[in-house]
Amino acid sequence: MSVWRLVLREMKHRKANFVLSLLSVTVAIACLVGAQTLLRSDEIQTETILSEKQTEIESAISVREVAVAEAGKALEDSVRKDMLKLGFNVLIVPASQDLAELHLNGTLTETMPESYVDKLASSNIVTINHLLPSVTKRVAWPEKEIDVIVQGTRGEVPIMHRGLKKPLLEAVPPGTMVVGYQVHSKLGLKAEDKVALLGKEFTVKTLHPERGSTDDVTIWIDLAEAQQLLGMENVINAILALECGCTGDRISQIREEIAGILPGTNVIEKHSQALTRAESRNKAKVAADNALLAEQKAGQETLARETKSRAEIQNRRAGLVGILVPLVLIGCALWIGFLAFGNVRQRFSEIGILRAIGLSSNQVLALFLIKAGLIGLIGGVAGAVVGVLIGIQFGGLAPSEETWRRIFETGAVLTTIVLAPLLAPAFSAIASWLPALIAARRDPALVLQAE
Amino acid sequence: MLVEIQDARKTYQGASGQVLAVDGLSLSLDAGDFVAVQGPSGCGKSTLLLLAGGLLAPESGSVQIAGEKPYELSADARSKFRAQNVGFVFQQFHLVPYLSVLDNVLAPSIATGSTGSEQRARELIDRFGLSHRLAHTPGELSSGERQRTALARAMLNQPKVLLADEPTGNLDTENATEVLKHLREFASSGGAVLLVTHDAQAAAAADRVVHLREGKIDTAV
Repeated sequence: MSVWRLVLREMKHRKANFVLSLLSVTVAIACLVGAQTLLRSDEIQTETILSEKQTEIESAISVREVAVAEAGKALEDSVRKDMLKLGFNVLIVPASQDLAELHLNGTLTETMPESYVDKLASSNIVTINHLLPSVTKRVAWPEKEIDVIVQGTRGEVPIMHRGLKKPLLEAVPPGTMVVGYQVHSKLGLKAEDKVALLGKEFTVKTLHPERGSTDDVTIWIDLAEAQQLLGMENVINAILALECGCTGDRISQIREEIAGILPGTNVIEKHSQALTRAESRNKAKVAADNALLAEQKAGQETLARETKSRAEIQNRRAGLVGILVPLVLIGCALWIGFLAFGNVRQRFSEIGILRAIGLSSNQVLALFLIKAGLIGLIGGVAGAVVGVLIGIQFGGLAPSEETWRRIFETGAVLTTIVLAPLLAPAFSAIASWLPALIAARRDPALVLQAE
Repeated sequence: MLVEIQDARKTYQGASGQVLAVDGLSLSLDAGDFVAVQGPSGCGKSTLLLLAGGLLAPESGSVQIAGEKPYELSADARSKFRAQNVGFVFQQFHLVPYLSVLDNVLAPSIATGSTGSEQRARELIDRFGLSHRLAHTPGELSSGERQRTALARAMLNQPKVLLADEPTGNLDTENATEVLKHLREFASSGGAVLLVTHDAQAAAAADRVVHLREGKIDTAV
């Protein structure tokens, strides 16, 4: 006969006490393990949500990146085509020309020999394609009493080494004029009207639509006639060069090449519509890139907000668990102690007899503590299993191999589960300690006298 | 001497002050003695039994059991000494309700930790005519069977002294006779029996009868 046998027989005999004590330990351990599992489930949920959100954001950004890249490529292609078709314009002017004059009034005051254009045309220049020599002067139109810009042009001068090309711009035939929008609308001019300019009669050949530039107050006539009327024989103010096929830093290349042919000149870039469009598109691309960056930033901020929000929820839950679990443990411990005390009271007579027949107080103490330990062991295992299942259930996770893997990934839950069957007997024994001590110290003489 | 009580005195704190349970009592039991103690309620019979059983230390005087002074031993040593030298039988049997007859008889072996007790337990059960009740719990036994089980338990560790407190009080004549027979056999085999009883028939079975009155031996026959 051993103490163990006595304990097992007693547990089997007093089933209600055993079951209630077991239930208490199970509840306590289930609460502890369940809370750990629930918190871990929460972490897993958070990881899943954040991962999904990250993927969603990355996917949206990826789609946007593809769209921007495609738009960029289309833009680049479009600009390239525009450039190919229209080219960039450059203006070759005397080096002494005050560029402020050009930018402010659209006119040029300095001149250079007209022969420069022929020199350029007969050179082996490669950075420019078409040459348009011109004279430009702002004059008061005495016959009409308005100020206009008179521009004399002889049309394109072909570059000899490239052979004849179809000119991009037609020359203004002698005796005719092309009139800008402001001028013809103010004077009520129509095509084929005869008008006098500086004492010479011209036929209106073309009326330009509004361009929103100095072109609107300009009259174009034949170069030679303009030189004669303006007193600028054999000189020109500028050579407009068209269709530059350069890549890279084109203006530097053009300047370098022209400086070698026409010393004493300056080359300035003249914005074309194509360039303006290209710039607009570039701006649009920059805006799209910025929008993409903003979207990326917004995505990261959303993610950060979500992370913070989840962390706050988790902290709140952890705080609640930190209060509730100890309360439940204390409650269960008190209940186990109460049950143990009830068991001791119920067994006073038995304890007295056992002491009378020779059991020591330590053996009586062992009777109760072994019982408590066994209840703790069984309750610990049961509580661990129940706790994990409840934690997963309330944590909103579906039981699966992946769920188990992730639950036990961090080790905290696993450690609790492993320790539960070890700690639960200690928990139960501590809760039963006082009643067990009362039983062990019970004087058998008092018990027998009371009988 | 197996039991030697000399000038023992024991008082209790009662509701109306100190109660003198045993007052300068002296009693000796030698091997083979079967002594009955009689007296009115509250005369100190049960206190005497507890003193003689090593369960209740006297305030003065001395108690010696089997040559040993149990009250000079530590609590644990006294428990073990009691398990090895003293057997108890009570009127209410005091069997452990959830243990079988065999386990109840074996219960004192927990104290001594002795091996081979089961063989002796089975022999005692057989001797007391309880073999057919081996696996039964006390609730399934008759009063006589319960008392015989208690007797077997008391004798498991082959004690030198058997203390019986009204062992026949709840038994019919036949079972009472049976129990007294076993007590007699124990004394005859070299043990000492101290029997507390109100029953004249039971007292008549003893070699000697001691009458107590107010904690003192009134007469000894």
